[in-house]
Amino acid sequence: MNDVITPKDTKSVERTVQWAIAEGKTLELVGAGSRRTVGRPTQTDLTLDLHALAGVTLYEPDELVLSARAGTPLAEIEALLAEKAQQLAFEPMDCGSILGGMAGGGTIGGTLAASFSGPRRLKAGAARDHLLGFHAVSGRGEVFKSGGRVVKNVTGYDLSKLMAGSWGTLAVLTDVTLKTLPRPETEETVLLRGLDPAKAVAAMAAAMASPDDVSGAAHLPAQVAALMPGAEIAGAGAAVTALRLEGFAASLPHRKSMLQARLRSFAAASAVGPAASRRLWQAVRDVTPFAATGNEVERPLWRISTAPSCGARLAESMANEADADMIFDWAGGLVWLRLEPSADAGAALVRRLLAPLGGHATLVRAPASVRAAVDVFPPQDAALLALTKRVKESFDPKGVLNPGRMWAGV
Amino acid sequence: MSLKLPTDESTLARRDEIVAMLRSIVPGEGVIATEAEMRPYECDGLTAYRQLPMVVVLPDTTEQVSRVLSLCHREGIKVVPRGAGTSLSGGALPLADGVLLGMAKFNRIREIDFANRVAVVEPGVTNLAVTQAVEHAGFYYAPDPSSQIACTIGGNLAENAGGVHCLKYGTTTNNVLGCELVLIDGEVVRLGGKHLDAGGYDLLGIVTGSEGLLGVVTEITVRILQRAECARAVLVGFPSSESAGECVSRIISAGIIPAGMEMMDRPAIHAVEEFVHAGYPLDAEALLIVEADGPEAEVDYLVGRIESIAMSCGAGTCRISRSEQERLLFWAGRKAAFPAVGRISPDYYCMDGTIPRARLPQVLARMREMSEQHGLAVANVFHAGDGNLHPLILYDANKPGELEKAETFGAEILKLCVDVGGVLTGEHGVGVEKRDLMPTMFSEADLAQQQRLKCAFDSKGLLNPGKVFPTLHRCAELGRLHVHAGQVPFPHLERF
Repeated sequence: MNDVITPKDTKSVERTVQWAIAEGKTLELVGAGSRRTVGRPTQTDLTLDLHALAGVTLYEPDELVLSARAGTPLAEIEALLAEKAQQLAFEPMDCGSILGGMAGGGTIGGTLAASFSGPRRLKAGAARDHLLGFHAVSGRGEVFKSGGRVVKNVTGYDLSKLMAGSWGTLAVLTDVTLKTLPRPETEETVLLRGLDPAKAVAAMAAAMASPDDVSGAAHLPAQVAALMPGAEIAGAGAAVTALRLEGFAASLPHRKSMLQARLRSFAAASAVGPAASRRLWQAVRDVTPFAATGNEVERPLWRISTAPSCGARLAESMANEADADMIFDWAGGLVWLRLEPSADAGAALVRRLLAPLGGHATLVRAPASVRAAVDVFPPQDAALLALTKRVKESFDPKGVLNPGRMWAGV
Repeated sequence: MSLKLPTDESTLARRDEIVAMLRSIVPGEGVIATEAEMRPYECDGLTAYRQLPMVVVLPDTTEQVSRVLSLCHREGIKVVPRGAGTSLSGGALPLADGVLLGMAKFNRIREIDFANRVAVVEPGVTNLAVTQAVEHAGFYYAPDPSSQIACTIGGNLAENAGGVHCLKYGTTTNNVLGCELVLIDGEVVRLGGKHLDAGGYDLLGIVTGSEGLLGVVTEITVRILQRAECARAVLVGFPSSESAGECVSRIISAGIIPAGMEMMDRPAIHAVEEFVHAGYPLDAEALLIVEADGPEAEVDYLVGRIESIAMSCGAGTCRISRSEQERLLFWAGRKAAFPAVGRISPDYYCMDGTIPRARLPQVLARMREMSEQHGLAVANVFHAGDGNLHPLILYDANKPGELEKAETFGAEILKLCVDVGGVLTGEHGVGVEKRDLMPTMFSEADLAQQQRLKCAFDSKGLLNPGKVFPTLHRCAELGRLHVHAGQVPFPHLERF
């Protein structure tokens, strides 16, 4: 185990990074450690534990803005927002289920560093769209900031976008400012049963192309639906396609009947009310059918983003080649793919089948030995990899922060 | 402008040779080298600054763009990319010793993919043309800057353009999925695609809004949305900007995110009403237009809520649009605000700061004081929902010293925006206009880190130099690492 440094303020983070540069040491950045096993296994000299850098520093509900230290538990922020009937609209995923950690364990810094957004991403945007500004310590050991606390801001480069999804390889986030939004008054979910992935994706496309304002569109094949919470889904004995409507109680019944009528040609539609709908979408968000219980942790899990129509095509080609289970979120554009254990976790197969379709695949769960042997993050062509390396060097020239976590040599 | 880039005389001396090399890449009328023909390119929407470029080149394939940039990189020639030239911050202001790279010929819509709700377009396609290409199927492209009839998607991406509906639907960065980007050395990279989110670093996210300093975009994939079933607008007059501001806050507290929420102050209301006759209340100190969109049942419910909130905030007048025609009339005034002010003043200078909404009354009061001090009138239009303020400073360029006075006043307004927790620019960009104000918002370390990122894309600093950053440093100097040796932090740090 590494020695652990637990700074309580930005100054200590700055000095730690400066020390690491001077001594030629490397640092692993950890918040709550809830996504620690994502990425290539790295050998660092020390662990920089940021959980003590915690606390909400500003929350102005009328201004739709919240600032917090990066180590603040996500659960604390979500509870605070809920008191004012607000939320983080990108529906941050809780990785506890798929990685075998505790539920509700992540920090806000880790949430942004990973940038795994939930079902509402297709309507409300991703984590990157809700990070308004931040303070950080670069891999050069320098404190810097970018953005601000207002939504409309084009002053300088939008470094918030770059920080989101950079997995701590560019800078140590110390403070973040987020856009908050009203929590919908209520929600319901329209369900279609018995569709194959191709028909389901077509139904979801029709729903997304309607003016009914759908805020979640997922398809659960029969064997996956059986593992979902709630009798309406698990007891269906068939594939379930789910379409979420959120908003004001005054207009929801109208929107629901419009959507059901629109989808009649695909399958008879039923619906579930707010409580069952919430359970369903939390399970989709956290991918609970592929939870890491027992031996499941050995089964590789892929997170694939592609054009929605390609989700179904990927399912067809995959069915001919492997024993695979899939969940389709984002109207078909986000595919969670679980395979049987193998030496490369199916990396060659997944990337071969995805190449003609476009998009990218990340190996979110696999044994460390496998993650050390294959590309966990999407491999990049030569020009893009060269640019990626130059970007990394512009923030972290000595490779101090999470070196090699995303790609070897970055 | 305090930073005037030294003109590279050795480049200028080679002008004929450079023109000939460009002609070998882009044949015929694609290279413009006579003064008369280059004149239309001497400025953009910020007309106070003018400069003829060394030469204009108008490529029409990615390969030509790549070869032009590669040539400029090899020869050390500066490049200023340009879309439609509607920038209000001088983002496309040419350089005397630089190539002006016009992207107007990239004007084709390459693909419309309704199943995936995306359009793949070339950067020279106008913002409005994207919507026009998809509206037969009920779709539209959401960002709607006021210049949408003329401005192009490439420029929108470079500036991260917004519009009146971005409160609910986001700005350009929230509505682009991918692009083809040519780097200064001629290398072509593809970022994103028809899928959501980046697989690696979100480079599309930083190229968006980078003001032409990182690369030249030759293809863009944008999201298209289904148009809402209906939309209605509420027009409210208030006796004070405080009560209007209170109304904005209470609408948001009620959990309502309107499709648009616009405010105007008394001088703007009067200028607009005389011009457009939209029926705006002339006795109001502040006017609010709040639009709700969505299914009809929802819109009926929302406009009712908005009306009752407005009345409880002391509204003097409150009208709900009864027809599409009336809704458009409510908006016609707001959309004509700039030309309306143009009618009552020989010239006006449009500012673009963003502030936390609650600070509006304080900022407007301070602006009135400044207006008296400078002896220049100011009219305000304001994207109230997202805090983006557009003060229009009225001046007469023919009176000696008035432009400078207007610029000083404008700079004071932007510093005020930063002082109350806001930013220098909400949607118009930094360009040359606000470049020298960057240190009011950013420390030296903040700006140095941004410039290091620039170096990762353009190590010779050839793409649009003189924009955004107040001082130019060489990349080697920026990259130097000052090692703080010998300082072991452990004794001071908590460990376990």
